[in-house]
Amino acid sequence: MEQITIDQVQKQLERFLNKDVYVHLETTNGAYASHNNDKAYNVGAFIRNAQVNYKHAKIVGSGNAFRVGLKLDIGWIYAEGLSQYEVDDNDRLLMAGHDREGRLMVALEISETPFTY
Amino acid sequence: MSFVEKHVVVIYPHPDDEAFGASGTITKFREQGVPVTYLCGTLGEMGRNMGNPTFANRETLPEVRKKELIDACKVLDVELKMLGYRDKTLEFESRDEIAEHLKGLIETIEPSLVITHYPGHAVHPDHDALGAAAIEAVKRIETNRRPNVWAQAISRNHLEELGEPDISIDISPFFKKKMQTILAHHSQAQGVLGSMNPETDDIEAIAKERLGNEQFYTWNF
Repeated sequence: MEQITIDQVQKQLERFLNKDVYVHLETTNGAYASHNNDKAYNVGAFIRNAQVNYKHAKIVGSGNAFRVGLKLDIGWIYAEGLSQYEVDDNDRLLMAGHDREGRLMVALEISETPFTY
Repeated sequence: MSFVEKHVVVIYPHPDDEAFGASGTITKFREQGVPVTYLCGTLGEMGRNMGNPTFANRETLPEVRKKELIDACKVLDVELKMLGYRDKTLEFESRDEIAEHLKGLIETIEPSLVITHYPGHAVHPDHDALGAAAIEAVKRIETNRRPNVWAQAISRNHLEELGEPDISIDISPFFKKKMQTILAHHSQAQGVLGSMNPETDDIEAIAKERLGNEQFYTWNF
């Protein structure tokens, strides 16, 4: 993955406009957060292969912290803390944010074909 | 301690659980000539360690970890069977179905000992769920053919709640092999050991301090 630049990722987001796409959205601080630090909480959520069709998409932010919003007919998809992206061999747009040790904290991925489940 | 086992089956959910949890014990058995089979529940698809610096992503991670798992099992010289469940979802699957799946495998392999996580004291929900299913599977086997079970507890309060583990293996003679096995899980080693002690980068020192022996509770059916 490489560092996000707004121009590049905005173009990629628009590639999927008005198409039926599959989304993977995830945030996590790991299953051991409260085990390693008793003041921490385990928090995480993921949705894999949500089928959506978005009409409008925008990436906002700077430096190492970007937000992406996808506007749906009756709702939104939102991710904060994205810093890296990649268009993989299957033409999927993968975006993620990692902590200083390279651990994934958030991911938003968009594909025209289902992700391996 | 010395044991005479016919065959040992290790049941954990993630590639690297065997490395951090039982690779010293596994090495001890292999050096005695005891066959060991690792039944690995998932490919750790939802792990958050992507290497440091990152070299994997959410979509490449399963293949990366599968290869690491195969490499680690080569280091340990154990047979590997991948069970095909998905990381983070084991506790939501049917306990009964997983238990039957495991029972079939155990009855085919006919081990004298099964090593798994201690349900309720294994921190990660996948550990608790697969440990519970493994113990249920063994419970369903007739008593005269039933293997022993060693259950591993890693919760902070397991000593208060369960007492001292009755099995404690000094793995210092096998530490080098344990380290090799951990390092075979290249994408995970630094992140997991680093989170155990953020004060130092010396992961071998962390491993020695934190992973110097491997302890288990003999399950009482």
